[in-house]
Amino acid sequence: MGFLDIDNVTKSYGAVEVLHRVDIDVDEGEFLVLVGPSGCGKSTLLNMIAGLEGITSGEIRIRGRVMNGVHPSRRNIAMVFQSYALYPNMTVGKNITFGLEMHGTPKAERDKAMRDVAQLLQIEHLLDRKPGQLSGGQRQRVAMGRALVRDPDVFLFDEPLSNLDAKLRVDMRTEIKKLHQRLGTTIVYVTHDQIEAMTLSTRIAVMFDGHVQQLGTPKEIYDSPANLFVATFMGSPAMNVLPTRLEERNGMLHALLTGADGAERALAMPHAPAAASAHKDAEVLLGIRPEAITDPEGADRKARTIQPMTNRVTVTEPAGADTFVTMTLSGKDCIARMRADAYVEPGRDFDFAINMDKAVLFDPRTEARIA
Amino acid sequence: MAIASPDTPVRTARITRVFIYLFLLLFALFYLLPFGIMVINSVKPLSEITGGNMIALPREWTIEPWLSAWSTAQIGVQPTGLRPYFINSLMMAIPAVLLSTAVGALNGYVLTKWRFKGDTLIFGLLLFSCFIPFQIVLIPMARILGILQMASTTQGLILVHFVYGIGFTTLYFRNYYAAFPTELVRAAQIDGAGFFQIFWRIMLPSSGPIIAVSFIWQFTNIWNDFLFGASFASGGAAPMTVALNNLVNSSTGVREYNVHFAGAIMAAAPTLLVYIVAGRYFVRGLMSGSVKG
Ligand SMILES: Nc1ncnc2c1ncn2[C@@H]1O[C@H](COP(=O)(O)OP(=O)(O)OP(=O)(O)O)[C@@H](O)[C@H]1O
Ligand SMILES: [Mg+2]
Repeated sequence: MGFLDIDNVTKSYGAVEVLHRVDIDVDEGEFLVLVGPSGCGKSTLLNMIAGLEGITSGEIRIRGRVMNGVHPSRRNIAMVFQSYALYPNMTVGKNITFGLEMHGTPKAERDKAMRDVAQLLQIEHLLDRKPGQLSGGQRQRVAMGRALVRDPDVFLFDEPLSNLDAKLRVDMRTEIKKLHQRLGTTIVYVTHDQIEAMTLSTRIAVMFDGHVQQLGTPKEIYDSPANLFVATFMGSPAMNVLPTRLEERNGMLHALLTGADGAERALAMPHAPAAASAHKDAEVLLGIRPEAITDPEGADRKARTIQPMTNRVTVTEPAGADTFVTMTLSGKDCIARMRADAYVEPGRDFDFAINMDKAVLFDPRTEARIA
Repeated sequence: MAIASPDTPVRTARITRVFIYLFLLLFALFYLLPFGIMVINSVKPLSEITGGNMIALPREWTIEPWLSAWSTAQIGVQPTGLRPYFINSLMMAIPAVLLSTAVGALNGYVLTKWRFKGDTLIFGLLLFSCFIPFQIVLIPMARILGILQMASTTQGLILVHFVYGIGFTTLYFRNYYAAFPTELVRAAQIDGAGFFQIFWRIMLPSSGPIIAVSFIWQFTNIWNDFLFGASFASGGAAPMTVALNNLVNSSTGVREYNVHFAGAIMAAAPTLLVYIVAGRYFVRGLMSGSVKG
């Protein structure tokens, strides 16, 4: 049993079930990120943990205590909202201590807690201002201060960075991560940004359509996606998904693709999962991340199977650190991620190196990974 | 031809603006004219008015008509002046405005932040009360005031205006609070604030503009009401509007127009004052309620 147990929880609005049997155990000190596209039910699940939404069936426990029906203020949780939800009529200091005041903490203790938190977040000079006189990043800090001051069992964040500009978002992301490492608190964090999910979490729950599609560490999610949805949702640019045919040649499975010239390209998969042989001579989907397709010099030295492949380059997009190269494979656009100084020219043939260790196969019918 | 001089758009804009201001000025003067004439005639001796000189400035200035209207003029049968009735109106309007605003704010809060089954129906019914003509409620209201033994009292009028105002104030506050972020209420809930604490500490401090709207609207309507006043509070409990009517209609012998003008200005003064003091909040509050809501 974990620190925060989400035990077979469902949520219905009237006859419509928007969350289906969600089952997640969170350990103490974990940073769980709920990620998924808009409308998948992330906020709903978070609000159910907070007690702001009722639980239709199942149980939510914190430290073994059943939370169903317990008022939000008695769950010992704190929440940071997307809009920050700072009380506009109160000063920053009052905003931070309002919760303590409502819980009957004496004034002297409140003031001490406020100063400690203000120091931690470096917002001491803002304590007498109203939220309307703060920048977005400062508001964000105050909202975190309001959550921290309560010393809660679980922190809940609902897309706390989505109102910030790109640069500040990256800074605050690092800040949140530092804070987590320093305080070791248990955090459930909602975002639709897969990069945020990868960088912050100790574990990720990828959600779609009210189902948890996969629950795992960032590495598990990235390298071994449970299905096509997880594979294409996580990672930017998205994983290349190519229709392919599996055939055995020289006692080894090969994925057969069609190049831009219409000729066959065979990629050996000596380390294909055992289940792949059941799909021999059948159509499957081959998933390759852009960074697994490089120029031969840029290929991963530790990879067990690097397969060469020559193909016509359609477009190159230099992006500073990397150059993205687009080609056509089996009728689909396929993106490769090259070193910035790899010499690639559009319209010419190029010798690619494909790291087949990182390739995954999906059943086109169920969209589940073949493993 | 195609080569327009660069200052053309600027110049036409300026000319248009001059015309607009002239036009507005004309209208403002036109609307001010009756009020100006009232003021002028309230500080003239009666002989100047009856002498056929309504428009001109007084040859002899006097505040006698004002003093008379305030404290000695004949209202109905008593020579009390308008003062007791002015006080009646204040005693009626202030509690009724405060009560209806308070209940409207609470209604708006519940209808937007504590939604429950059937809340839209209840709001619909409250809204409906805004469109019920006064005349329809006269007889049932008279009956209820009779049962409550509040007929012909200021308390009775307070009750009538309070109840009648709830529909409007609820509409104002509901629309205003609909635009008020629900996340704030949720944050306060997590912070441990209860139903009334959230209302008092979070909602009300941000409600200035809509409270101003509610005050102005309610005060103007209640102060200016004649029908309820005449129907439910004749005699000593009558409000200002009814007393003014009695002043104008009941004077025996000569009609003291200058006194009538002074009394009419007295009756209009409080609503004018409220508009001047809080008018800009009125516009701001109405905008924030309608645009965002
Ligand atoms: N009060 C409600 N009544 C009916 N359906 C609702 C209600 N609230 C949410 N839903 C539905 O529940 C689903 C999940 O909503 P939720 O707000 O949890 O999505 P989300 O994953 O947080 O999306 P976003 O990234 O846009 O915030 C949506 O399909 C939404 O339409
Ligand atoms: Mg959401």
